[in-house]
Amino acid sequence: MYADWPLLSLAIWTPIFGGILVLFAGDREPAGARKIALVVSLLTFLLTLPLYTQFNSGTHLMQFVERHEWVAAFNIEYYLGIDGISMPLILLTSFTTVIVVISSWEVIQYRVSQYMAAFLIMEGFMIGTFSALDSILFYVFFESMLIPMFLVIGIWGGANRIYATLKFFLYTFIGSVLMLVALIYMYSKSGSFAIFDFHYLRLSLTEQVLIFLAFLVAFAVKVPMWPVHTWLPDAHVEAPTGGSVILAAIMLKIGGYGFLRFSLPITPDASRELDWLIITMSLTAVVYIGFVALVQRDMKKLIAYSSIAHMGFVTLGFFIVFRIINSGNGEQGAALALEGGMVQMVSHGFISGAMFLCVGVMYDRMHSREIADYGGVANTMPIFAAFMVFFAMANAGLPGTSGFVGEFMVILASFKASFWIAFLAATTLILGAAYTLWMVKRVVFGEIANDNVRALTDINKREFLFLAILAIAVLALGLWPDPLVDVMHATIDNLLNHIANSKI
Amino acid sequence: MTAAFVQPDLMPALPEMVMLAMTCLVLVVDLFLPQEKRGLTLLLSVLTLAMAIGAVVLVAPVDAISSFGGSFILDQLAVVLKIAVCAITILVFVYSRDYLVDHDIYKGEYYVLGLFATLGMMIMISAHSFLLVYLGLELLSLSLYAMIAFNRTSLRASESAMKYFVLGAMASGLLLYGISIFYGITGTLDINQLSQAVTTLQSSSHPVALGFALTFIVVGLCFKLGAVPFHMWLPDVYQGAPTSVTLFIGTAPKIAGFAMAIRLLVDGLGDLQEDWSQMLTVLAIASMALGNVIAIAQTSFKRMLAYSTISHVGFILLGILATTANGYASAMFYTITYAITASVAFGVLLVLNRKGFEAENISDLSGLNDSNPWYAALLAIAMFSMAGVPPTVGFYAKLTVLQAVVQVDMVWLAITAVLFSVIGLFYYLRVIKVMYFDKPLAEQETTIKEALDVKLLLSANSLSLILLGVFPSTLMVYCILAFS
Repeated sequence: MYADWPLLSLAIWTPIFGGILVLFAGDREPAGARKIALVVSLLTFLLTLPLYTQFNSGTHLMQFVERHEWVAAFNIEYYLGIDGISMPLILLTSFTTVIVVISSWEVIQYRVSQYMAAFLIMEGFMIGTFSALDSILFYVFFESMLIPMFLVIGIWGGANRIYATLKFFLYTFIGSVLMLVALIYMYSKSGSFAIFDFHYLRLSLTEQVLIFLAFLVAFAVKVPMWPVHTWLPDAHVEAPTGGSVILAAIMLKIGGYGFLRFSLPITPDASRELDWLIITMSLTAVVYIGFVALVQRDMKKLIAYSSIAHMGFVTLGFFIVFRIINSGNGEQGAALALEGGMVQMVSHGFISGAMFLCVGVMYDRMHSREIADYGGVANTMPIFAAFMVFFAMANAGLPGTSGFVGEFMVILASFKASFWIAFLAATTLILGAAYTLWMVKRVVFGEIANDNVRALTDINKREFLFLAILAIAVLALGLWPDPLVDVMHATIDNLLNHIANSKI
Repeated sequence: MTAAFVQPDLMPALPEMVMLAMTCLVLVVDLFLPQEKRGLTLLLSVLTLAMAIGAVVLVAPVDAISSFGGSFILDQLAVVLKIAVCAITILVFVYSRDYLVDHDIYKGEYYVLGLFATLGMMIMISAHSFLLVYLGLELLSLSLYAMIAFNRTSLRASESAMKYFVLGAMASGLLLYGISIFYGITGTLDINQLSQAVTTLQSSSHPVALGFALTFIVVGLCFKLGAVPFHMWLPDVYQGAPTSVTLFIGTAPKIAGFAMAIRLLVDGLGDLQEDWSQMLTVLAIASMALGNVIAIAQTSFKRMLAYSTISHVGFILLGILATTANGYASAMFYTITYAITASVAFGVLLVLNRKGFEAENISDLSGLNDSNPWYAALLAIAMFSMAGVPPTVGFYAKLTVLQAVVQVDMVWLAITAVLFSVIGLFYYLRVIKVMYFDKPLAEQETTIKEALDVKLLLSANSLSLILLGVFPSTLMVYCILAFS
């Protein structure tokens, strides 16, 4: 029955128009705004489900394609479609938005309708980013989503929110304008803005390197990679919980997705030439940022740095493939690395989202994010403590949780390229465990630190609901990652074939 | 030279004639109106502009037709630009009403001068002889000088009118000097004949004289557009003039200025394009750099928009200096959409004015989202559009211009342009920050007059920025047609 539905368009425009509807509900009716937002986000989630159930994992070709003329003068098209790498991320987006709406139910009291509308509109833009196959359409969604996030951090954020949100917007914008010039340049060569026409565009090495660098700036800021990561801790700390969740769970993934959709297939030769750069940046993120996370006093900042370290794994997995292919161990290992990166992205979406929600739960009660203000939370909030410890374990990469799968795949693949790269990457298992569990020890366990902690009440049904859903997701993906890995096999294999051929 | 007088075909000039006749009518009717019936003047003025639009549509030709011995042309370019100028002037007139009432300058002269200025712009747009370009420009400028000084009791307004007059007269002089040298070399002022004469001259002799004359033309032109280093008048005039006049200066005349650039440089001196393209490259970079950087330091919203205008002029020049049909079309798209965007920005500022309170500084916008979320949203859309953030039309305008520049292998110029637009983003975001993240100032009243017609027009105006951003083809088609 879904066959003729423009499912992707529906998934993009339902939340956007739903968000506008919520906006018009106004602040006089916050209860109504919440309810409409929940219905819209659930509806969107239901609309994205068929993308998975009806997905044909046997082909690398784009599915659910919609293609219409948009701006004829410049051959810009309204061109949507998904494959094995974009589909999981779309589901992650619609899933996370539902969680965010539920999690902000009582917490947000100021301008509820604007808050909910911002998240719904952002959801539409993010799904659009993942499904756009025309580069200008991609760029439009990519940039548009900055506007609601800018407002979310700026209006509902913490004390230093204005600095953080301006930094967030400017960093991302400066990265993406260079990408825009690269896109226009390729348009002037190919006469089309379709991403697949760029994939088959012949480019000299110099051109490729310049285009690669333009993409790198755009996506490295988004991921974020060391050394352009500094906006992330600021943005995370100041953002309201929902903003942090969306930022960590989805926005960072757009950078990783961009590498797979643009950098690797469009500039394979430059990627091969410059893979040392990305690998160095990724390993620095894993090791150095891991140490930085260790010394944080602010819980949100700690999780933010841990996000950077985990995303380092993603980019490592994506760019180690050239060394694996060169080492003669064949494409099996290369596919493992790419799929590991993808699994890591989805898993990090669940885990980091859950971690930020946990901090949010505590912050709503104590109005502090300082680790030193806590201690012995397990005594007063036992159920919550169980969740917190579970997600912390997942963040540290405990086998059986989703956090383990992706990291393990990437480390395993890295061994085929170089022992030392794999060795350095594997330090994350130690560092990750150290900073996460040390935080948990100081916050959750031990004696009750002060009267504020003594007065804490355990989580209510609503909080239990969203934490439980996330816990199930983390566990399910950890124990049985096949449903996720299977859908991307064909796409990843095709991508590897594509980048193995020189485009010069 | 034929000496015989030939009856010119008057039809192509019908819109201008309607405009002139109706303006005179407004002038006379207004004389006999008591103050409380001043609304009739506004109504008649809007009607005049609507009739002019109707006349333009009525006489719109498929192919370009010229009249008055070739000195007047009606082509696709003229049709689109005239409609844009008249439509934006309607917005200006409606938005201005409450401001004029509050500041006790609700007089018929404002509208009559505005109409004469519009007539001047229409003549500039259709002019196909250097002389007529100049006449149209002077009609526009003289009306503007008077409009700025219109609030006689305001010292600042008088000062800026004086400044604009002196500098404007000098720029007109420079332009005229350039024109006279061309006349001396070629013996004609008609753009077609002059263009042919330049073609033959360029290969034989006088290249120095041609370059000399061209420089004066470019200087005069860039003064009127407000490109660096001929921008000095712009911030002072924007700030000093009554906001309703700033709104007018900041919107429609930019379109006329673009038309003038096309008529003089492209139609008339197309053979010298290598020369003027280089000059415009320097001016464009300087405008984008200076405009964007200095705007950051401004506390006055009007001054900030003045510097932002300068940077946008840089972008418009980028499209022109690409010297391709594509580039001209993108510059045209940019100019029109910029005028629409600027009218929203000044329009919201006008709405915030009250009796005895002149909203002018960025801080006057503090907490607008709390006191009036709708107007805050409208202004936010305009700011994002000026910054070039999708899905607003400003993004698409920048895209087309960059595309035109990249197409002629000037990637470095495109990169320069986008980097400066990142700097520009900062001060547009600051306006949004003030509106959305700051709390309203304590002494500030929060009530805003809700004139329904203004609210509706302003909303439509602002939402059109998103609509045009999502469906840019609707306007782009006409821009491309104008240069095909």
